[in-house]
Amino acid sequence: MIEVRNLHKSFGENHVLKGITTTFEAGKTNLIIGQSGSGKTVFLKSLLGLHVPDKGEILYSNRVYSEMDEYKKRNLRQEMGMVFQGSALFDSMTVEENVMFPLKMFTRMEYEEMKERVDIVLKRVNLTDAHKKLPAEISGGMQKRVAIARAIVNKPKYLFCDEPNSGLDPKTAIIIDNLIHEITVEYDITTVINTHDMNSVMEIGEKIVFLKDGHKAWEGSNKEIFKTDNEAVTNFVYSSELFKKVRQMYLEERN
Amino acid sequence: MQYLENFGKYFLMLREVFSRPTKWPIMKNLILKEIDDLIYGSLGIIIFISFFIGGVVAIQTALNIESPFIPKYLVGFTTRQSVILEFAPTFISIIMAGKVGSYITSSIGTMRVTEQIDALEVMGVNAVNFLIFPKIIALLLYPFVIAISMYLGILGGWMAAVTGGYTTSAEFIKGLQIDFQPFHVVYAFTKTMAFAFILATIPSFYGFYMKGGALEVGKASTTAFVWTSVVIIIVNYLLTQMLLG
Ligand SMILES: Nc1ncnc2c1ncn2[C@@H]1O[C@H](COP(=O)(O)OP(=O)(O)O)[C@@H](O)[C@H]1O
Ligand SMILES: [Mg+2]
Repeated sequence: MIEVRNLHKSFGENHVLKGITTTFEAGKTNLIIGQSGSGKTVFLKSLLGLHVPDKGEILYSNRVYSEMDEYKKRNLRQEMGMVFQGSALFDSMTVEENVMFPLKMFTRMEYEEMKERVDIVLKRVNLTDAHKKLPAEISGGMQKRVAIARAIVNKPKYLFCDEPNSGLDPKTAIIIDNLIHEITVEYDITTVINTHDMNSVMEIGEKIVFLKDGHKAWEGSNKEIFKTDNEAVTNFVYSSELFKKVRQMYLEERN
Repeated sequence: MQYLENFGKYFLMLREVFSRPTKWPIMKNLILKEIDDLIYGSLGIIIFISFFIGGVVAIQTALNIESPFIPKYLVGFTTRQSVILEFAPTFISIIMAGKVGSYITSSIGTMRVTEQIDALEVMGVNAVNFLIFPKIIALLLYPFVIAISMYLGILGGWMAAVTGGYTTSAEFIKGLQIDFQPFHVVYAFTKTMAFAFILATIPSFYGFYMKGGALEVGKASTTAFVWTSVVIIIVNYLLTQMLLG
């Protein structure tokens, strides 16, 4: 579980996060939604420790980040996995080397042992014949799978995904969403996903936090997001005519 | 202001390069890869340029000493001096600022914009050490490259002078041996080591701290080339003043 308390972050004059408070539970896919530039990536990178917050606290399973020493922070790092927006695979390494990299950095495993774990996770993300390929030689969807495999290879407690299905076709996007959801449940991971994809919201939005102008404008589940009257949310979620109709039909059906 | 800030940031980066080292088995492979990319990959162009520049220096000198009172062996002497003192260490380093420098900036810059550097940091890696330290170590071999350049420059001079009929082989070689000061070689290689460090670190700096997308990677490479050359020229001036002046 991750608890965020009154998180602030600015870059110079640009006050990006203006006091965010929320919790993310384990075994659930937690979604951060909001417009481009609303600070989703900054928020996620703060959770990862890549950005230092100006104010506020982040607690990882009741451990306060700002009270940890370097050693504890490093151990916490080992419990985290991250899937970057563009996958961020190391382009000079093969698929297998990419996935093995966190094990090499964090553990003292023998090569055989690492190889075994890499095979298991690559199989888990349904990639069985790309081990020796370079990232440039595989499709965007496959790169995402490799990125997921790399993020989970060291058995993280916390998984962060920045727009995991940006740049993917809708079908592949749903497959990737479901894969992340399954892994989250299977390994009881606290997963936080940035997205502006409404399909993801509907499919895997067990908890949704809506960011607007640096504030948390709304939170709830994908069931609740259909019913909410919060104007900011409905304007954002149902910005397309199709979704407006879907919502209308859904509400009529319920009444 | 901006310059001053970058200046400070550059030295902070250098401190970071030598702290929190990457595990040796991984670092070893990174160093070997950089030797391949930065040193081995540059040999072709350096061999080519050195040989022909040496030739041109010899011809120019020969053409400018028409007077019968000036001995012909001066062609060999001048070629040796110009190649060892300036053409090999300085001129080749400027070429390298373009070749190796832009490669370093764009490869590190691409890693920055595609979040590979963030990915390294998430995995507990000191990205500055991981990316820049192996380049500095690989460029410790740069003096060998410059030695090759010196040798080929003089060889090119000799061939141009002899085949062009400007001087005899014996006279050219006499010129090569006359008034030889070992300290000039020390001076040339001291410069070379300084340039190697500049070539490894300034382009890295511009790649590592860049912001933006693919377009900015291109701009960063250009800026890095300009500053690397400027610093090489200034350091060349200062070291020459200090060591020979
Ligand atoms: N490293 C940074 N330095 C300065 N400003 C940044 C940095 N990262 C993000 N920002 C700014 O923070 C704001 C939110 O960006 P971001 O979190 O990337 O938005 P989103 O992911 O929701 O599209 C933007 O205005 C952006 O310019
Ligand atoms: Mg973003």
